Amino acid sequence: MQLSLNWLREWANPAATATELAHKLNMAGLEAEGSPLAEHALQGVVVGRILTAEKHPQADRLRVCTVDIGTGTPQQIVCGAPNARVGLCAPVATVGSTLPGDLHIKAAQLRGVDSAGMLCSAKELMLSDKSEGLLELDDTATPGTPISTYLKLDDTLLTLELTPNRGDALSINGLAREVGALYGLQPCKPAVEAAPVTSSKTLAVTIENTADCTRYLGRVIEGINPQARTPDWLRERLRRSGIRSIHPVVDITAYVMLELGQPMHAFDLDKLEGSIQVRRAQAGETLKLLTEETATLSRELLITAGGQPVAMAGVMGGADSGVTSVTTSIFFESAAFAPAAVVGTARRHKLSSDAAYRYERGVDTALQAEALERATTLALAICGGQAGPVSSAGGDVVSSNIMLRHQKLIDLLGVEITASEIEACLHALGVTVSKAGEGAWACTPPTWRFDLAIEPDLIEEVARLFGYENIAAKPYRAALIPPKQSEGLRPAARIRDALVARGWQEAVTYSFVDPKIQSRLTPAFTGIPLDNPIAETMAVMRTTLWTGLIGAWLHNHQRQMRRVRFFELAGTFAELDGQISETPRLAGLAFGTASTEQWSEKSRPVDFYDLKADVEALSAAFGGDASAFRFERGAHPALHPGRTAALIRDGQTIGVLGELHPELVRSLDLPGAPQLFELDWSLLSAAKVPVAQPVPEFPTSRRDIALVVDETVQAQALIDAARAAAGPNLAQALVFDIYRGQGLRDASKSVAMGLIFQDYSRTLTVEEIDTQVAGIVTALAQKLGASLRG
Amino acid sequence: MSPNLDELLSAALADIAAAADARALDALRVDLLGRRGRVTELLKSLGGMAPDERKSYGEQVNRVRDALNTALDARGNTLADAALQARLASETIDVTLPGRGIGVGGLHPITRTIQRISGLFNELGFETVEGPEIEDDFHNFQALNIPESHPARAMQDTFYLKDGARLLRTHTSPVQIRTMLARKAPIRIICPGRVYRVDYDRTHSPMFHQIEGLYIAEKVSLADLKYDITTFLSRFFERDVEALFRPSYFPFVEPGADVHIKWDDPEKGSRWLEVMGCGMVHPNVLKAVGIDPEQFSGYAFGMGVERMAMLRYGVSDLRDFYINDLRFLAQFQ
Repeated sequence: MQLSLNWLREWANPAATATELAHKLNMAGLEAEGSPLAEHALQGVVVGRILTAEKHPQADRLRVCTVDIGTGTPQQIVCGAPNARVGLCAPVATVGSTLPGDLHIKAAQLRGVDSAGMLCSAKELMLSDKSEGLLELDDTATPGTPISTYLKLDDTLLTLELTPNRGDALSINGLAREVGALYGLQPCKPAVEAAPVTSSKTLAVTIENTADCTRYLGRVIEGINPQARTPDWLRERLRRSGIRSIHPVVDITAYVMLELGQPMHAFDLDKLEGSIQVRRAQAGETLKLLTEETATLSRELLITAGGQPVAMAGVMGGADSGVTSVTTSIFFESAAFAPAAVVGTARRHKLSSDAAYRYERGVDTALQAEALERATTLALAICGGQAGPVSSAGGDVVSSNIMLRHQKLIDLLGVEITASEIEACLHALGVTVSKAGEGAWACTPPTWRFDLAIEPDLIEEVARLFGYENIAAKPYRAALIPPKQSEGLRPAARIRDALVARGWQEAVTYSFVDPKIQSRLTPAFTGIPLDNPIAETMAVMRTTLWTGLIGAWLHNHQRQMRRVRFFELAGTFAELDGQISETPRLAGLAFGTASTEQWSEKSRPVDFYDLKADVEALSAAFGGDASAFRFERGAHPALHPGRTAALIRDGQTIGVLGELHPELVRSLDLPGAPQLFELDWSLLSAAKVPVAQPVPEFPTSRRDIALVVDETVQAQALIDAARAAAGPNLAQALVFDIYRGQGLRDASKSVAMGLIFQDYSRTLTVEEIDTQVAGIVTALAQKLGASLRG
Repeated sequence: MSPNLDELLSAALADIAAAADARALDALRVDLLGRRGRVTELLKSLGGMAPDERKSYGEQVNRVRDALNTALDARGNTLADAALQARLASETIDVTLPGRGIGVGGLHPITRTIQRISGLFNELGFETVEGPEIEDDFHNFQALNIPESHPARAMQDTFYLKDGARLLRTHTSPVQIRTMLARKAPIRIICPGRVYRVDYDRTHSPMFHQIEGLYIAEKVSLADLKYDITTFLSRFFERDVEALFRPSYFPFVEPGADVHIKWDDPEKGSRWLEVMGCGMVHPNVLKAVGIDPEQFSGYAFGMGVERMAMLRYGVSDLRDFYINDLRFLAQFQ
């Protein structure tokens, strides 16, 4: 909301500069900023009156005017505005003046005719963003008056961003109350007197449910002058609040709203067919709004006339019953719609209005009569006509008491504030205070403070006026509550650090992704769609982190950063039978060379085994029980079927790793196949608390054997079979070489295994070891068709 | 000394000095002092001499032997030293060539900031707690004193799922609700996480991060909050931060405040910057989670992680956090 500071000062004028006042309001919780109204001085621009206006002899669109600019000598000015007409008062930039945009006004000739100055539009004076011809001024304006004096441009715009609880301050009236309380002065509120009733014309009003609308007042004014014009002083005040003048009656409703805080509406009486009722809509009813759009209604609060919807209560009037340039009789509405009855309506219909903004936040329930009389007085003065008596429905709202305890206030704020200070603060805000026993008050908030409902609300009010800055900070004091520290959970920070140390860069990508790409990566899980996504490419919740990581990789790849190793630890989302599950996952993408660019070794692309080493490091280094982790051949629709492994722990799959499927590389038009992994974080992070074993005292013995097996036999199968066949003395079985080629039959390979034997109580004899090796070889031969390589 | 011995000694010393390497020196040692070496033979010959002669001659031969031993050892050391020097010279590498390897990664600045903020509060006994990102109306709004018809809902444009009931949390406050429902006071937690709002422009991201704190105990006051927040900000920015608490409104706290800090901007000069919101937990929130507001009070605060990271590290464009350009991220290694 924007307001003229000069206007506010007419109501409450503390001895403070605009900056000081804004700061004071800020420190009281009303976000305010003051800025000078007119950036441009507009020196040399004066009020002019057009005395004659003739067609330009050489140009159809131009007019040659003589203009009284108060110097006694009318000036000849050529003008192209369509509204340049005899009798019009408009601003004139005199010769020698400078307009915004560094436009110097000189005596000139326009198509052969002398022109001494320039008749101006609002836009040319930077008083408006757009303009329709010359800025029309009141007929009563005195030619020669500097425009800045005439329009009182020496003003400050106060821009307020108020929190939703402070609907009471959305007017000059409300701000003046607040300024009064802050500076300890009494606002001088102009007295509003009842307008003379000179007609008996009325329109009956009823309210279906006073919970929706506590009061509804209306009044007919007949015989208004359709040619009436909103005076400049009123236009200017509206303009400073960003409201364009539309029609004197409409302008008056806007003015009263800005001045007093009461939104109003004016109907064209002749378009209202029957008495007024405030009621809820029935599903399916329709209303054509002022925006010319037709709203289909459900349970909105309505104003109806003769049963037909004519306005969306507190939000917007209907197009068919609005005031127009031919309206001669009006019906003014001044109502107290309950916030709960209005809130959400505007949003649901994608409307925004100053009225809805105020009603949603709460409008003073006792303000309606005053506002109606104010509007009537202005209307009679500006538009003429005869006012009828006020029609009324509903009534006062009784405010409930709030108990305020002195000790509670001290405890909650942590500062001693005296009883008299507290009472003074509350009085200043219009709260009625009475003693209610020792150290307690019964408080009744004023009708405009919708936000004061419970004790802490009052405590905040006292704190606000006392000043948050005057509450001294109290050094830390608290009982120690040591947080849980489970050794059975690996902290995410350690995993992140481990990956970082191994050359991985953490990425943060969006949780919502492009369904087109994601469905290629995890076809079985479609992803939870958003109802109101911000873009089609951010429409579903991710089922895998790979979508985002691929995006991050491509961004860098396209910028010549060809070696990337990204990881992300974040949630993934799936829905199964209506149940939503959120699974935090740790995922990575590696592409480019295995090592950073260097001089000593042959460069090669990162491959499965590079990735596997990193995943092994994650599982082994932190698990404390590396043997519990196993890699098996795995399957994933997005991965190369021959180059996919599953990471398994205690029979549970923790995740997969592998190379992106070549078909996806082709269809997604990717620059190559990255290596990917994705692990379930909660499974990975579960750690076992170590149970220490004694360090063996006796030496190990190692036997290396070379086995010829079919190509399809996996290393893990050999190790598993060796373990199964061996006794407890086999401490370790490992594969240390693979040979293919000469001397071997086709589709076979030679696998070199190391078998390491150990006993905790003694040194094993050569014979014992030989026997065990022979047993293992036999088992491998039987189970996997392995033969010792000759 | 007999002329023969003299001659032998000086000839042998010359040979030792001329020995080119350890092998030549070993040969000399054998030739002179070995079991059948020349000096050894002389010593053996002492047996056949008269006692007087033996004594004097023996002393002379022993002196020669000692002199030779000393010379052999010295020459040996010299040769070994020279050999070592030669080896070291031949093994010298260009240490300025880069190391081989996998390079180093880095944490995302968001993580780095969360870790730092959480850490500062962890030290004070605030436990880090996380919660789901897909929430329901109760946890995200109602329990936080934001009923259906509340205008504050318009302050936080919400992403909804198709069922219209579930939503992406608009703040991390639901974690506070979940924790208060699950635990008894006193409670001291810090809750970092991703949050979502329908807002996308130069200064807004539809996904961003928040970190919130909650402290519930007996007689927690606004004065405590002011101290704890000011201290945190000073520790985070590593300077004495001047903080201003301005009344503000959040439905879940009363009284509420915005925290502004004095910021020296090289371009715009010194000004107040809003960095976080906070306040005393609203009694309706405490009631919604079964905590007696007559017995307990508490404070809550929340801040945008991106904002804190931007201020701390001088990041000027919010979007940089989600593009994941390596040239940006590498600055936070």
